[in-house]
Formats: sequence, C-alpha cells, structure tokens
Amino acid sequence: MIPTTSNALWPHFDEDSGRVQSLGGPAWLQTIRRAGVERFAELGLPTHRQEAWRFTNVAPIVKAGFRPALNQPGRTVTAEEVTPLLYCPSWPRIVFVDGVYAPGLGRLQGLPAGVTLGSLATAIAAGDVSVEQHLAKHASETSGFVAMNNALLHDGAYLHVPDGVTLDEPVHILYLATGAREAAAHPRNLVILGAAAKAAVVESYVGLGTSAAYLTNLVSEFVLGEKASLHRHKIVEEGAAGHHLESAAVVQGRESVVESYAMTLTGRTVRNELNVSLAGDGARAELKGLYLNDGERLIDNYLQVTHAAPHCYSRMGYKGVLDGASNAVFTGKVHVLPGAQKTDSNQLNNNLLLSGDATIDTKPQLEIFADDVKCTHGATIGGFPREHLFYFQSRGMTAAMAHAILTYGFASEVVHAIAVPELRARLAKYVFDKYSPK
Amino acid sequence: MAMLEIHNLHVEVDGNEILRGVDLKVEAGEVHAIMGPNGSGKSTLAQTLAGHEAYEVTQGDVSFLGHADFLEMPPEERARLGFFLAFQYPVEIPGISNAYFLQSSVNEIRKSHGLPELDAIEFQDLLAEKMEQVNVPMQFADRNVNEGFSGGEKKRNEILQMAVLEPRMCVLDETDSGLDIDALRIVSEGINKLRSKERGFILVTHYQRLLDYVKPDYVHVLYRGRLVKSGGPELAAELEAKGYDWIRQTADV
Repeated sequence: MIPTTSNALWPHFDEDSGRVQSLGGPAWLQTIRRAGVERFAELGLPTHRQEAWRFTNVAPIVKAGFRPALNQPGRTVTAEEVTPLLYCPSWPRIVFVDGVYAPGLGRLQGLPAGVTLGSLATAIAAGDVSVEQHLAKHASETSGFVAMNNALLHDGAYLHVPDGVTLDEPVHILYLATGAREAAAHPRNLVILGAAAKAAVVESYVGLGTSAAYLTNLVSEFVLGEKASLHRHKIVEEGAAGHHLESAAVVQGRESVVESYAMTLTGRTVRNELNVSLAGDGARAELKGLYLNDGERLIDNYLQVTHAAPHCYSRMGYKGVLDGASNAVFTGKVHVLPGAQKTDSNQLNNNLLLSGDATIDTKPQLEIFADDVKCTHGATIGGFPREHLFYFQSRGMTAAMAHAILTYGFASEVVHAIAVPELRARLAKYVFDKYSPK
Repeated sequence: MAMLEIHNLHVEVDGNEILRGVDLKVEAGEVHAIMGPNGSGKSTLAQTLAGHEAYEVTQGDVSFLGHADFLEMPPEERARLGFFLAFQYPVEIPGISNAYFLQSSVNEIRKSHGLPELDAIEFQDLLAEKMEQVNVPMQFADRNVNEGFSGGEKKRNEILQMAVLEPRMCVLDETDSGLDIDALRIVSEGINKLRSKERGFILVTHYQRLLDYVKPDYVHVLYRGRLVKSGGPELAAELEAKGYDWIRQTADV
C-alpha cells in the first residue's frame, strides 16, 4: 500500500513513483522500488534535527519539487558539447543527460573481454545476475533521499570487472544536467570489481552551461572482491543553481584497496556522503577530498568508515577553501567494531578560510569497540601564517599575490596526489585558474 | 652617500627595545660581518631591514640606494629595489614548486622596473644557469619551496634565490647555522660567486667559521642592541679566541 503522506513530503512523489513502477522490470526490482516508497514515507526528508543533516538545509530543494525526467531529457546534447568534458577521448565512457541514458554520446568499446560497461537498465533487462545480487544491497537508507532513489530506481551506470581483470584506462561516467526542464535525476551507479580486479573510475557531474535549478539525487554502490583495487574520482561541476545529493556505499573484501577522490568544484548544494565498510581482513581505504566553496553555496562531505575486520587501514584527508558567504560541513566518522583489532585509522580535515563570512562545521569522530587500535583525528580552520606571507613579500610579491599563490598551493596538494595524469593536469589547471594571481 | 645607511636605529618587539641605536654604512662591493652573542639583536636588525611588521622602528632612519623612505616601504617594495634577506629559518610552502615561486618573484620585480615578464621557457633557462652557478641540484626546481628540505638544503635554496633575483644588497641571517662542513663550503662558494662591485653584503653570524670561507671587509660586534666594536677581519679571529665575554666586560662598563 502506498502511504498517502508522501506527496506532502515531496510534490507528485506518488505519481512519479507509480510512473517508475509502470516502466516494469523483474519482480526483485519492483520490490526494491516499493520498499523505497514505504521507507520514504517512514523516513521523510532529513531535517536539521538529525545529527547527520544538522547544517544542511534541504528545504529549498524540497520546495522546488523537482520531478524526474525519466525517459525524456530536457534537451538533446550534441557530441561537440561532450568533447571538452572528456579527459581523454580514448577512455571508455558512458553518458547520461538529465539522468537519461544517452547511448549515442558514449563509448563502450575497447574494454577487455568479460568486462561489462553499460546502462543499469540494459543490464537488468538482460538478466545480469550480478546486478540482482548487489543492487540496493549495500547502500543503506541513511536518509529519505536514498529511499527516494530506491523508489524511483530506473537507470544509471553499471560497471562489472570480473576476477583478475585489470582495466588499462579509466572508465568515465558522465552525468550532464541541461537544466532545460528544472528536472530531477535519480541515477543509480553500480560498480562491481571481482577478486584481484583493478579499475579506475572517473565520475563527472556537470551542469551544462545552465543557471537553472535542478536536482541530482544520486546513489552509488561499489563492491570490491578480495584483493580488488579501485581508484575512484568524483568530480562535481554542477550548475550554479544545481543541487547534488549523493549517498555512496563502498564495501571492501579482504585486502582490497580503495583510493577515493571527491572533488567538489561547483554546484549550489552539494552533499557527498561516502560510507565505506572495511569488511575483509587487511582492506585499505584512502579517502581524499577537495571542496572549493564560495558565494552562498553549501558543500557537505559526510564520511563514515566502518572497520568491521582486523588489520584494516583507513585515511581521510579532506581540504576545503572557503570564500564568500559559503557554508561547508565536514563529518568524518570512524567506527571500529568489536574484533577489528590492529585497526590503523587517521582523519584529517584542513580548512582555509578566505572570508570572515564563510563558515565551516567540521567534526571528526571516533567510535571504538576494539582495544588494540591506532586511531587519530584532527581538523584545522584558518588562514595563512604571517611568516609565510612575509616570505613571499620579501621576494617582491604583494600580500594579495602571496594569498593567491598559497591558496593555489593548499588546494593543489590534493590534486597532485591523483594518479591519473590527464585528470590531474585538468584539475591542476582548474585550481590554478581559480586561485592564482590574475 | 653609501648604498645602505643605517642611522641611530631603535627597534622594539612587543614593547621591548631590542636595537638601541645602530649606525652602519655599507657601500656597494663591501662585505660586512655582524657578530654577536645570542639575544644581541642580530636577527632583529635583519628582519627590520626586510620589513617584518612585528619589528617596530621607534627612532632612526635607513636609506637604501638614496631612498630615505626605505623604512616606510612594505617588504615587497624593498625587495623590488634590490634588498634581499636570506632567512635564518626559511618557511616551507606546500603545493608550490620552487620554480613557480621564483618565476613569480622574478616577474614581480621585473614588472616594477618596467621590464617584460619572463615566460616559462625564458625563466627555465635563467634558473638552470643560476642553479649551475651556485651548485644546486636540478631537482630543486620541481620540489615544493623548502618542503622536506634538510637544514642545509634550505640554506642552499636561499642562496639560489639570491642568485636568481640578483639583489643589490644581501643580508644573510645566520646562514651558517645548522650547516655541516660540506654544506657550509657549498653555501660559502655560492656567496663568493655572487660577490661583485655592485653588490653589498651583511653577514649576520654567531661564529667565525663562515668568515673563514667568505672574507669580510669589515667586522662589527653587536651587543645589547648597539654596534660596540668595529674592525677588520682580525676582529673576528680575536672574538673567536677571546669569546663574547671579552665584549661583555668591555661594553658593560
């Protein structure tokens, strides 16, 4: 039974979830959708009374009442518009416009045998058993937005790299928002790496020259088998009025390795939620992020790492540049479950405050239920030391120029750690152009 | 008029008077050593001349290359005129390569003299030439400014900056401190290569050993905020032999 309260939470929700269900699909998928509808009614939308959303007000997003585009993107996007967004034309890629799969813009060729890259809807229609096995099994309903994504689950990017296979080139997942219909997209990504499989993924979320309001409500699931290795790069370049809410789940098997970069460059409201479960002995997760905030924007990075097995290693290193009257939130939670002995974990959040009107709420947290662990955390908020500025000035540069160069240096540290050269170069140039002396 | 003239300089830090009337003239081509015990005001003099805001000049004046308003200038203008301080503790700047830092510096100084900026390739040539001149390894260019540098590498990097910026007046603040004997030799050779008729030097140092490598024309002793004794290189040897107690005994009376 569909509760009648959902429309009150989100305009036209019942109608839209009904439309999605009428798209059809296997019984297990309809079960996920229906459960999502019910959970959404139960959970409702997050409010500032919930600790995880205390500083992130979603009321303006709710009020706008964005509706899913489903099969109809706001407008047609040409290949010429996509070309400048590519880091390397030879990379395999999959493209979505307003959440709608755009096969003509993608490039699915050139992958090793046995690798599946394609639209999730296509894989479901083809009866891919791995999809059924993993979809919606890992992303917990941490908020009503995840439940909503489940209720409206239709399509997204799907990558499956079988056991022992290494991808030579990164896979590029591109989500373009046209803003043409002020629509919502509720995309769903599923990435499965088999045992000892290796892959790099670059996800781009781009507002395509639009100043219109829209919503990307994304849920992603990453599943790593034993000794698998994933380099994940998420680049958020949503439009000036584009809202981006994400909940990602990463589940790691024994001795698997994840290196994750969450780079938030633009967008009106951006929440990057990342829940990592170190489920297998000796798994390692290195989570890095950079957020460049200005104007009246809001960027919320919410990270949870659960050490569920012994001998696991996790690092969080997030840096933010805060200008204008912007607001940023950083939450880093590390849970060490009973039995997760020899856990090695560190969290660090450094914030550079360029304006007295910008705010940052930062909260590294530890919850430890094992006794033989090494866990550290820290956060900094501030400007540049006077001695640094003086050093630049003593070499003929003004304090303003010193500020600009130091800001570039602060931000570029995260960029320089990226292993993919094309991506590193592009982001370095972005940061340089944004902050270097004019 | 001498290139650098310091007259009756009084400086306070946090309300404490550190320099209590310093007088000094340095001509182009001269090398002056300023020695003194810890706490005598050596670094205060160096930082004040470079324009650090924590050092408040309460009396006296300084003129540099005929600019009587030198003390009113912000640090960057002093640098653009050709004043250079080699820091005792150079700061580490993460995320910024030495090459980029120095190119920005060179171009700011060139712009202030109405000269065209150097592009990346022109600057690379200049940097390579200077690195060879002062015997600094090529990897210095791409390493972040002083980040992870050993004490000796930091001092060598200061000498490299000095070589690239070609200042008229160089103040070296305890450049010999923390150097082992090999690093001291390399740094000293760098300084000697940069000596010229157009350039003046003030070497601020606690020990005589730097002066074994870089021969000064004049040696001054700074004690309790004043230059209490001046002489030739033989004064440094005498200080080394007799220790600073000798100065304390003669100056405190």
